[in-house]
Amino acid sequence: MNVAITLNGQVQNVEVAANTLLVNVLREQLGLTGTHVGCDTSQCGACTVHLDGRAVKSCSVLAVQAQGAQVVTIEGIGSTDDLHPMQAAFQDCHGLQCGFCTPGMIMQAIDLVTDAQSQSKPLDSDAIRHGLEGNICRCTGYQNIVAAVAKGAAELSSKAKGA
Amino acid sequence: MYSFDYHRPDSLDSARSLFAQAEDPMYLSGGMTLIPSMKQRLAAPSDLIDLSGLAELQGVERLDGDGKIRIGALTCHNDVANSALVLEQLPVLAQVAGAIGDNQVRNRGTLGGSIANSDPAADWPAALVGLQATIHTQDRQIAVEDFFRDLFETALAAEDIVVAVDFAIPRRATYQKFRHPASGYAVVGVLIAEHDNGIRVGVTGAGPCAFRACALEDALNNSFTEEALDAVDVPDVGFNSDIHASAEYRSHLVKVLSKRAVAQLRSES
Repeated sequence: MNVAITLNGQVQNVEVAANTLLVNVLREQLGLTGTHVGCDTSQCGACTVHLDGRAVKSCSVLAVQAQGAQVVTIEGIGSTDDLHPMQAAFQDCHGLQCGFCTPGMIMQAIDLVTDAQSQSKPLDSDAIRHGLEGNICRCTGYQNIVAAVAKGAAELSSKAKGA
Repeated sequence: MYSFDYHRPDSLDSARSLFAQAEDPMYLSGGMTLIPSMKQRLAAPSDLIDLSGLAELQGVERLDGDGKIRIGALTCHNDVANSALVLEQLPVLAQVAGAIGDNQVRNRGTLGGSIANSDPAADWPAALVGLQATIHTQDRQIAVEDFFRDLFETALAAEDIVVAVDFAIPRRATYQKFRHPASGYAVVGVLIAEHDNGIRVGVTGAGPCAFRACALEDALNNSFTEEALDAVDVPDVGFNSDIHASAEYRSHLVKVLSKRAVAQLRSES
């Protein structure tokens, strides 16, 4: 089947079997290996990407379900020279140890900030921990991850106010 | 995952006719249970009929007349949890929806998909039972008392599509859940609602499917206090027993969570 996905702002046409997972198209057909497969059983959240603006686990979405959708991966939010504020916050707060879970954590964190802003909800430490329940870090570095999300959220919200 | 033919119809009628023509089809809603099940080869449909193109199955509205809240079957959990109408009129639904799984699951998983699956540990069924829900399919209405039948078994026929669910608005209600720390599913979940026609207690996680705890309702109709629940026996016959919790423990949790719900409601009034 032919699937057209707007990936990180560019339309991509890919030929896939119906039983192909979105994460496999991203990694194997489109070469975007920043999205990781940690568990492949929808537990760990390392494969989190944005599908039409919302965080989803791309190991639990079929590529054909993304037909016509906007998909954003970790490669689409910033670059080495120009980090996204959430990426910069993870670096500043040392919000990672081995880094395997980090792309999923960051994509999920951005969704949390966007959601909190649109709902005018506070994003305190409890809300961050609740929001990260679908992302597992096996280095057990959660303290710094929560600190990084809080810092990234503060920067994104001051940026939103300044805009 | 075994191979299958994928379809995304744009109307209920074409979804139904695709289903009728296929050899061993299944409908796909959010896919948060079905896709992992297919990956594990626990499900292997010949045809997957994706309902996500049916816009009429989306959304939250308040009905004129009986004033119930209607939620479209394809509405994802986070859209219920964040709905301004739900938060204002029936906040317990936001409480239930916000307690499901994790954020990524709540962005994809749907009300209709959850209840059609009737997982014994899913959260929504307790809300349907406690809030006197009516389930609408493409051509009939099913009262919640007749809907949940057994483990992964409902009153739906294979070809039926859940279109929407209507929830009664109680005077007050709360949901208390003992959450499995890894999966997020309810080891036991209890929703207690005070309606004009009495107390309803919906229980999930304990038995093969969600049910009304009538003995607890009777006790609370007599006296809406935690102490009133002390004398009630919650038999664990037929309750789920697995590596997470024994039937006896689940029975204990039904009572503990019911007490917490009563305490919560009394503290709010």
